[in-house]
Amino acid sequence: MSLSDKELKEIAYLARINVDEVSFPALKGELDQILGLFEKLNLANTDGIEAMSHPLNLSQPTRKDEVSEVNQREKLQENAPLVQSGLFLVPKVIEGEN
Amino acid sequence: MSNKNQWEAVIGLEIHVQLSTNSKLFSGASTNFGAPPNTQACNVDLAMPGVLPVLNEEVLKMAVKLGIALNANINSPTSFARKNYFYPDSPKGYQISQMDNPIVEGGFLDIELEDGSVKRIGITRAHLEEDAGKSLHEDFEGQSGIDLNRAGTPLIEIVSEPEISSPEEAVAYLKSIHSIIRYLDISDGNMAEGSMRCDANVSVRKIGTAELGTRTETKNVNSFRFVEKAIHYEINRQINEIESGNRIIQETRLYDSQKNTTRPMRSKEFANDYRYFPEPDLLPVVLEDEFISSIKESMPELPNEKKIRFTEFYKLSEYDSSLLAADKDLADFFEEVVEESESPKLSANWIMGEFLAELNKEHLDISKSKVTSKQLGVLISRIEDSTISGKIAKEVFEKMWDSSKDADDIIRDQGLEQVTDLSEIEAMVEKVISENQDQLEKYLSGKDRLFGFFVGQVMKESQGKANPGQVNQILKQKLKK
Amino acid sequence: MELNELTLKQQLDGLKDSSFSSTELTQDYLKRIKSKDPSINSYITVTEELALKQAKESDDRYDKGKALALDGIPIAHKDIFCTEDVLTTCGSKMLSNFKAPYSSTVVSKLFDEGVVMLGKTNMDEFAMGSSNETSYFGEVKNPWNLDYVPGGSSGGSAACVAARLASAATATDTGGSIRQPAALCGLTGIKPTYGRVSRYGMIAFASSLDQGGVLARTVEDAAILLTSMSGHDPKDSTSLNIDVPNYTEEIDNNIAGLKIGLPKEFFEQEIPDHVRKSTEEAIEVYKDLGAEIEEISFPNIDLSLPVYYVLAPAECSANLSRYDGVRYGFRCADPKNLEDLYMRTRDEGFGSEVKRRILIGTYALSAGYYDAYYLKAQKCRRLIANDFTEAFKSVDVILSPTTPGTAFKTGEKTNDPIDMYLQDIFTIPANLAGLPGISIPCGSHNGLPLGLQLVGNSLEEGKLLSAAHHFQKVTNWHRELPEL
Repeated sequence: MSLSDKELKEIAYLARINVDEVSFPALKGELDQILGLFEKLNLANTDGIEAMSHPLNLSQPTRKDEVSEVNQREKLQENAPLVQSGLFLVPKVIEGEN
Repeated sequence: MSNKNQWEAVIGLEIHVQLSTNSKLFSGASTNFGAPPNTQACNVDLAMPGVLPVLNEEVLKMAVKLGIALNANINSPTSFARKNYFYPDSPKGYQISQMDNPIVEGGFLDIELEDGSVKRIGITRAHLEEDAGKSLHEDFEGQSGIDLNRAGTPLIEIVSEPEISSPEEAVAYLKSIHSIIRYLDISDGNMAEGSMRCDANVSVRKIGTAELGTRTETKNVNSFRFVEKAIHYEINRQINEIESGNRIIQETRLYDSQKNTTRPMRSKEFANDYRYFPEPDLLPVVLEDEFISSIKESMPELPNEKKIRFTEFYKLSEYDSSLLAADKDLADFFEEVVEESESPKLSANWIMGEFLAELNKEHLDISKSKVTSKQLGVLISRIEDSTISGKIAKEVFEKMWDSSKDADDIIRDQGLEQVTDLSEIEAMVEKVISENQDQLEKYLSGKDRLFGFFVGQVMKESQGKANPGQVNQILKQKLKK
Repeated sequence: MELNELTLKQQLDGLKDSSFSSTELTQDYLKRIKSKDPSINSYITVTEELALKQAKESDDRYDKGKALALDGIPIAHKDIFCTEDVLTTCGSKMLSNFKAPYSSTVVSKLFDEGVVMLGKTNMDEFAMGSSNETSYFGEVKNPWNLDYVPGGSSGGSAACVAARLASAATATDTGGSIRQPAALCGLTGIKPTYGRVSRYGMIAFASSLDQGGVLARTVEDAAILLTSMSGHDPKDSTSLNIDVPNYTEEIDNNIAGLKIGLPKEFFEQEIPDHVRKSTEEAIEVYKDLGAEIEEISFPNIDLSLPVYYVLAPAECSANLSRYDGVRYGFRCADPKNLEDLYMRTRDEGFGSEVKRRILIGTYALSAGYYDAYYLKAQKCRRLIANDFTEAFKSVDVILSPTTPGTAFKTGEKTNDPIDMYLQDIFTIPANLAGLPGISIPCGSHNGLPLGLQLVGNSLEEGKLLSAAHHFQKVTNWHRELPEL
């Protein structure tokens, strides 16, 4: 199992991680090695086996529909790289989701 | 537009409904509208390192109610999934939504078309998910400001089967959903404020083709009118494209209400691999049978049921029933008026007429009505018991609206009681006849239309208070001589 | 004897009978940290002022006779636990300037019992690693031999306790990150049943595998801390709503007749003689204690590593998407546009191991590969969990070496990710099944410790702790401490 250059570029974009030209081949090699591990999975017979997303065989608890949080904007924005008028600033967003 | 009748449109709607809970889907922050930026975004909503989601129990009740109203199956267990994408208004870099077993699946909605026929639109699913925050673009010089107050607000996304065939049907479907969510009190369904949002998936194909055409998704339509216009535009655009030899590109488009056009959204091709996988921080939700049946038992009467009841019980016309039943508050108001007046037909007319006219004139919601249902009921009773005529009642109603006084007080204070005493009316008729001998001669010699003149004069003599029915009766008698 | 040479239990007793004060104890540690930690680098942040303040408050409570359960004991927290108003870095440049605005449940619970926090310990970046060589804050050294690694990702916590720079330390374990460093540093390390300890405020790596636990000098010490750390937390939906036993009472439970299973596939692995030998000696000890030994089989054990390296990266790829330079943490300089902000912040803010795992995880979840990788791995995970269920029908605990060898030299495995990943072959299965596991010292080779692992059935921490405790009553490996 091996990653094509195109695939690596795509997943780097999906993960929003810049991979520069220089690091590209080494990274691809490392990832190919890890993908090699996955071969073993193909050999396993999982017919009729249910996927396991949680180690616990339990159901989701719920909470009451009550407002329990107070405004903590000052504190929560202390670590913000760039804030103005209570808003988090980012380079201008053109269009995207929503 | 050429050869339109060769083509048919295939439309599916995805409606996002903001649920009216007190707190968010997965955190205890408030969902109140209009707070200063980021004052209702707690550490969970901001996706601080180490935070975890905890499910709001109210949304389960709301979702089950909706599922029942949509004649759908309630899935138990139902689970959550992560939908991965990067955008500043989505703080975790993923949205918690539902993938495999959404809480509501496989239902239908019967909608009424303009010609009165009923069409059944299938509902694929309705699932829970969290809303994103907002980006503000003005005032920041090349930057956008992110407000996460809205992030984490509960949404339910209703997905229809692609069984809608025209813009008009789409609006009928949308209005039906709107009516239901308000009836169930799970959302205020305000499209202008964004508590109900509609995306339209549109494709076209030649009539008789089995295969579906390539579809586009149109967003940013925030009123019933715009939904109709946007779909209409998109259908025509696609037909024109295909007829010009072009292929339809599968893409997301934005509706521009000023230009009444749609245009493609700018985003990269493979940006939409959401890589859904089961949410590990939330366990599968089990909905006990008792839970579901107790909700079923406490369901309010739904618009369609109410409409049928209004026609059968109150003997209203289909049109009147439809109109009154569409809005729960209006329907309740109507029934309260009838309880007082005991005259369904007259009450219906007055509500659809004078009452709604006043509300619309002042852009008021029914909850802010200046006349209560009981007051209106009393007024209508006074017409029924002939205390006042219908015409006078209109005057009284206006005064009630302006002064908030009761009908009886106004009628008494202004001496508006109808004159029903036969001898009084007879006296007035005789007076009018004696003062209008010329017209009498003309009438007796065949000018039948002058009857109306005599009616008018008697009404004038009585300052509008004479009972019109009795005036007519007595005049007929007297004028025959 | 120095105060820092006492075990946590001995310190607690000493504080209770006023042999010394918390302030004295804390100052002892602070002094030792200043002198020894520069060569080990186990701490990222030392909270001297806070520690002394807490020690004083503790002494006041002792004076008034109002002492709390763990009052005055100086511990360290792995820098993965959010501590309000204190730097919480997760070993990463991405959070190198992040002061947590809230405390994790684990930290709050321990503060409520009166612990004194000496500081935040070093760790592999975002808990990804087995040697504590990927930290933005530099490598951690093994106190037994400074040329060697302490293990990871809780290398800082392990080194710190082994070097006696804290009485005990909290840590986390996703694929072995408590047990493996415990083995390499001669400590007792326990990872409880998934859901036993709240994950609220514990910075997420792989949500369905992460679990908080303890690194301590003895089983008794670990039991004391684990009892206070565990319990239901409504803020964590995956937290078990079941009462926590008093583990300090359970450790004395009789283990005669305890059935110990030896997974034959583990022992068929290529493991060095010294590991095999120390494990066999440990088995003899258990036989003498009255335990019954039985061979069991884990037919699907081979799948553990591939399953883990699909699932953990997949979950982490989503868990780490929030690090985008928008609301907190590192932001790249002068982003040209939104894309640039994301791409460069994440490239510059994350180290290479983290980036590798995010990319692998993204790939495993991507369209076209989800079924073959992610879904397949979740099914194989079920196979492994079923193996355990089957095994526990006939045995009480499962025994194996913790690691395939003693500590390795710094830099020895950094160029070979797979070789590094093989460190966890014995520890990973317990995480996949959500089961509790403990590592205790059982030998030594060339001056470096070896660890023995016991894995128990769900919620059977008590059995594990008692099995481990009885071993420590008749052996001295855990009493040995490195000289610095």
